[in-house]
Amino acid sequence: MKNNLYSYILGIADNSLILGQRLGQLCGHGPSLETDIACTNISLDLFGQVRSYFQYAAKIAGDQRTEDDIAMLRMERDYKNVLLVEQPNTNFAFTIGRQFLFDVYHQAFLTELQNSNDFTLSTIAKKCVKEVSYHLRFSSDWVKRLGNGTSVSNKKMQEAIDDLWTYTDELFYQTKADKEMVFEGVGVDVTNLKSNYYSRINDILLEATLEIPESQWFQTGGKEGIHSEHLGYLLSDLQYMQRTYPNMEW
Amino acid sequence: MSEEQIKNLEVQFNARIERDEKIEPKDWMPEKYRKTHIRQMSQHAHSEIVGMLPEGNWISRAPSLRRKVALLAKVQDEAGHGLYLYSATETLGISREEMYEQLHTGKAKYSSIFNYPTLTWADMGAIGWLVDGAAIINQVPLCNTSYGPYARAMIRVCKEESFHQRQGFEIMMKLAKGTSEQKDLAQDALNRWWWPSLMMLGPKDEESVHTEQSMKWKLKRKSNDDLRQQFIDQTVPQADLIGLTIPDPELKWNKERGSYDFGPINWDEFWQVVKGHGPCNKERMKARVGAWKEGEWVRDAAMAYAEKQATKNLNKAV
Amino acid sequence: MKKNWPLWEVFVRSKNGLEHRHFGSLHAADAEMALENARDVYTRRNEGVSIWVVESKNIAASNPLNNGELFEPAQDKVYRHPTFYDLPDDIKHM
Repeated sequence: MKNNLYSYILGIADNSLILGQRLGQLCGHGPSLETDIACTNISLDLFGQVRSYFQYAAKIAGDQRTEDDIAMLRMERDYKNVLLVEQPNTNFAFTIGRQFLFDVYHQAFLTELQNSNDFTLSTIAKKCVKEVSYHLRFSSDWVKRLGNGTSVSNKKMQEAIDDLWTYTDELFYQTKADKEMVFEGVGVDVTNLKSNYYSRINDILLEATLEIPESQWFQTGGKEGIHSEHLGYLLSDLQYMQRTYPNMEW
Repeated sequence: MSEEQIKNLEVQFNARIERDEKIEPKDWMPEKYRKTHIRQMSQHAHSEIVGMLPEGNWISRAPSLRRKVALLAKVQDEAGHGLYLYSATETLGISREEMYEQLHTGKAKYSSIFNYPTLTWADMGAIGWLVDGAAIINQVPLCNTSYGPYARAMIRVCKEESFHQRQGFEIMMKLAKGTSEQKDLAQDALNRWWWPSLMMLGPKDEESVHTEQSMKWKLKRKSNDDLRQQFIDQTVPQADLIGLTIPDPELKWNKERGSYDFGPINWDEFWQVVKGHGPCNKERMKARVGAWKEGEWVRDAAMAYAEKQATKNLNKAV
Repeated sequence: MKKNWPLWEVFVRSKNGLEHRHFGSLHAADAEMALENARDVYTRRNEGVSIWVVESKNIAASNPLNNGELFEPAQDKVYRHPTFYDLPDDIKHM
C-alpha cells in the first residue's frame, strides 16, 4: 500500500512539477508584462502544490529523502507526468493550449480528490482546487481570445489545439498504482472524468470558433515513465545543481 | 502665456515642493519637470523589467524547490514594479508603447548593471544582496519625492523590495557557510558583482549633471558619491559577517572619516557599458524586443476579441 | 493598424477595508482581463476582497484648486490618472 500511495502521489505531483517548470521558463518573455505576471502566478501555485505533495511523499517513504531529492534526483524513467505537460513553449498559443487542456482535467481531478480517504490528499485538494479554478478561468479566457480574435490568432490557436490533442487521452490512463488507490478509496477514478472533460472542452472550443480535432490516435507513455525527447532536456536544467553539487544545502 | 506668468507659476510650484506638498498629474508643472520625471521614471521602469532577465535565467536551474519559488516570486515582483512605474509615468502624458519604443531603440536607458551575465547560482545571491541593496539605497529617499504617483509607486516597491535583499543575502550566507565549493561560488560571484554594483550608484559627482535640479525636486536626496559611500559602509560589515572578502585591496576603514576608503573604480568600463558595449547589452535588448514583437499577434487578438464582445453586447442590448 | 490595450484604473477593497482604494493602473484588452490582471498584480500579497476596474477614459476627475485652472476647462475628462490613493499610516520604508 505504501509503495502504491507513494507512486500515486508522484503521479499527481509530477504534472504540476513539469508544467510549473515549463511556465517558469517564460518569465520575462511573455507578450505583455501583465501576462508575464499571470503565468508566473500559475507557476508559483503549481510549485506550491508540488511541495505539499512531495513533502507528504517524503514522510511516507520514511527515510531521509527530502522534497528536493524527489523533485531533482530521479532518473528519466521515474518521472510520471503526462506527455501533455512536458510539451515545449512553442508560442503563446501552445502555452495557452497546453494549460487549457490540462486545467480542465486538473480542476475536475482535484474536485474529486477532495473526497479521498487520505486526509492529507483531501486537504491538499481542497486548497488547490481554488487556485486551479483560477488557472482554468485564465486559460479558457485566453483560448477564446485567441480563437476568436484575429484570423492570425485563430490559425495559431487551432494549430496548437490540433498538435496537443493527441496528448489528452493519456490524462485518463490508469497505472497499476492508480487502480490500487482507487480501490482503497484514496485515488480518483479518472476514467469517470473523461466524457465530461471532452464535452467541456468541446463547448469552449466551439465558443472560441475553433474546430474540434478529429484525430482518434492518442499518445501515451508518460505515466509509465516513457516520455518524449523534451523531458530529458527539461530535466537537465531541473537537476543540474543537485547533480553537479551533490549532497549540499542551499 | 507670458514669460512672467510662467515665472510666477514656477515660483509657486517650487514653494509647494518646499512645503512637502505632492505634485499630482493634473497640476501645472514646468515642462522640464515633466520631461525629467518621464525620463527618470521610465528608465526606472525599464530597469525593473530588463532586470527580470539575468535572474530569470536561473529559475529553471534553482538548486531546491524552496529557492525556485522564492526566485520566481522575486522576478515576478520585478515585473510588478515595472508595472507600477510604467503606470505612474503614464500619468505624465506618455504611453506605454512610446516608452517601449524608446527602450527598444536605445533612446531610453536602463540600469547598466543588468548588462552583466549571471554565470552561477551564487550570482542570484550576489544580485539580491548587492544590486537590490544598492537599489534600495536609491529608492528609499524616493518615497518622499515630490511627484505623487512616483512617491506612491516607490512606497509600494520599497515594501516589497526588503524581501529581495534578505533573500539574496541568505543565499550568500548559506553558500559562504557551506562546502568549500559553495564558498568558492559565493566568493567568485562577489568578485564579479562588487564593482558593477558600486557603479550602479551612478557616475562621480563631478561628472553627474542634473544633480542640483533633482535635489530641488526631491528626486535625489544625496549625491552619487555619498550614496556610494553609504552602500560600501553598510555592505562591508555584511561581507565580514559571512566570511567573504570584498575584491578591493585598497579597502580600509578610515577612523577619521568614519567610513571606508576604497580603490579606484574603472569608469571606462562604466561608460562603455552605458554606451552599449557591456557583455549582455545585445542579448537583453534582443530578449525584450523579441518578446514584444512576438507578442504583437497576441495583443492584437485580445483587442479584436474585446471589440467583438463589445459589439455583441451592444447588439444584445438593442 | 496597431491596436494598443487601453489603460484601466484599479481599485481594491481589502479584507479589513471599508472602501475601495486606488491601487494603480494596468493595460488590458477588456474588463475580464483587467480584473484577472489586477488580481495577479495587485493582490499577490494581501487578500483583496473586491476589485473594481474602470477604463481610465471613463473617469472624470475634478480640477485641483490652483493656477492650473487657467489652462483647463472645468469639466475635463482625464487623460492621465486620477489619484485618490491615501498613504496608509503604517507604511515602513524598509
